[in-house]
Amino acid sequence: MTTDLTPKSESSPETAEVAIDVKNLRVKYGEREILHGINFEINAGETLVILGGSGSGKSTLLRTLVGLELPSSGELWIRGQNFGALSEEKRDEIRKKVGMSFQGGALFGSLSVGDNVALPLREHTRLDESTIEIVVRLKLDQVGLSGFENYMPAQLSGGMKKRAAIARALAMDPEILFFDEPSAGLDPIIAAGLDELILKLKKAFRMTIVVVTHELASAYLIADRMILLDKGVIVANGTVAELRASQQPRVRQFLDRVPEPEISEELDYLQMLTGETPPLRR
Amino acid sequence: MPLTASIGEATINGLAYIGGLARLTGGAASAVFIEPLRGRQFRFSRAVHQAMAIGVEALPIVSLISFFVGTILALQGAYELRTLGALQLVASAVAISMTRELGPLMTAIVIIGRSGSSFAAEIGTMKVNEEIDALETMALEPVNFLVAPKFLAMILMAPLLTTWADFMGVLGGALFGVSNAGFTLGTYFTATLKALVLRDIVTGLIKSVMFGIVITAVGCQEGFLTGLGSEQVGRSTTSAVVKSIFLVVIVDLIFTAIFYFTAPR
Repeated sequence: MTTDLTPKSESSPETAEVAIDVKNLRVKYGEREILHGINFEINAGETLVILGGSGSGKSTLLRTLVGLELPSSGELWIRGQNFGALSEEKRDEIRKKVGMSFQGGALFGSLSVGDNVALPLREHTRLDESTIEIVVRLKLDQVGLSGFENYMPAQLSGGMKKRAAIARALAMDPEILFFDEPSAGLDPIIAAGLDELILKLKKAFRMTIVVVTHELASAYLIADRMILLDKGVIVANGTVAELRASQQPRVRQFLDRVPEPEISEELDYLQMLTGETPPLRR
Repeated sequence: MPLTASIGEATINGLAYIGGLARLTGGAASAVFIEPLRGRQFRFSRAVHQAMAIGVEALPIVSLISFFVGTILALQGAYELRTLGALQLVASAVAISMTRELGPLMTAIVIIGRSGSSFAAEIGTMKVNEEIDALETMALEPVNFLVAPKFLAMILMAPLLTTWADFMGVLGGALFGVSNAGFTLGTYFTATLKALVLRDIVTGLIKSVMFGIVITAVGCQEGFLTGLGSEQVGRSTTSAVVKSIFLVVIVDLIFTAIFYFTAPR
């Protein structure tokens, strides 16, 4: 497998407008390739929603964008730098400028909400405790969790956990925010509240926001542009209006919620999800 | 798969596992001893918290177990020594057995049960909840953040606990000695001190530090290797305990051979 990670210079000439640039990205888990050559750009200040069904590779794409997975080939340019070509220290510098909110919140269960939000500040800055306390209160206020500093994560409801996770992601004033399925497991009212929060963050801080979701209602509301991922390739990339007007069959099937034909064979089902031919057919 | 291939695969997997342990230990040791010299501060508060859990909270059970082990040793030893007319040697028998072997080993077993399983469960649960991923995205290296404090706490607490266990074992032997072998507390302790050589105590403590390192590495490694799902955390915890016990005994064999077989008297 030839890799494309030739040692080019670390900075790209057109850094001003593009926050994230993905070029021919391929990602493998062991021998299985999940993403087959992904290409797209995210402009600074834009909100991109990555849509896709199960097995489409959207979680893998998100994990690669935040640096949890390394591509097998292709390039990922973040803030004008080639992430794959950087030293671990430079990558850490980028990670400090990026915030991620995980699907379940991923709050540290042994720390209080306040300590969770304070953690990146305590580890990466030399701010004194009283300043950190103020910042924590500010961030919790921004997400609507004022006064919950001393609660433990186990005491919070699902929606509150997600808000706390967002506060933690905001602690270092990131330039790019990633969300992994923000509405998953939430009732529509709470999910709408989270959409409001994302919109508020977008307007107030003009952050670049990347959201992976399969909730169409949220996507239409918050997205500037949307990408539809299917079986490891991008099948659509455009504004909300463009996608809604698209006549491509896979796009229409996804947006119109048309179910797949019934499949009872396990291997056939797996193939439908991932688009692979299984090695053996019964 | 033919037998030779199975044995080969198992050997390679075993060596890979040991390699993983070595890497984890190296990373933790670097974070504790080397990184601070390069300006990356080490948070001692987390290590103190771990030391409380590993050492202080283990004192009651270590005391009880070592005390009874001491008594058992005295009983077993006296049974044979009586026939040789050498009952007064029971104090030395207990002292030497505890400091060289049973103090470090029994303490390690207790630490495995309490801390080894707890490390695997804690890190395994974090893995399942994506907390390890969250640490990485926040530029907090999981080995520095999670393993290094445990490592430092362990290498301090293991020898301290072992020393306490040695003392409690001697006390347990004294219980027998005073009640059934004609000792007084004073004469028993005098006999004990006469029998003890610095070498016995030091080799025992070195072994206890090695055991502690193995236990920390295996517990954390099993935690990081946890698969997804809560059932997997149980599997990791069990695996951590079983592998720790096995590796501790192997390390015991190696160091006992080094100290008492190859080295001059």
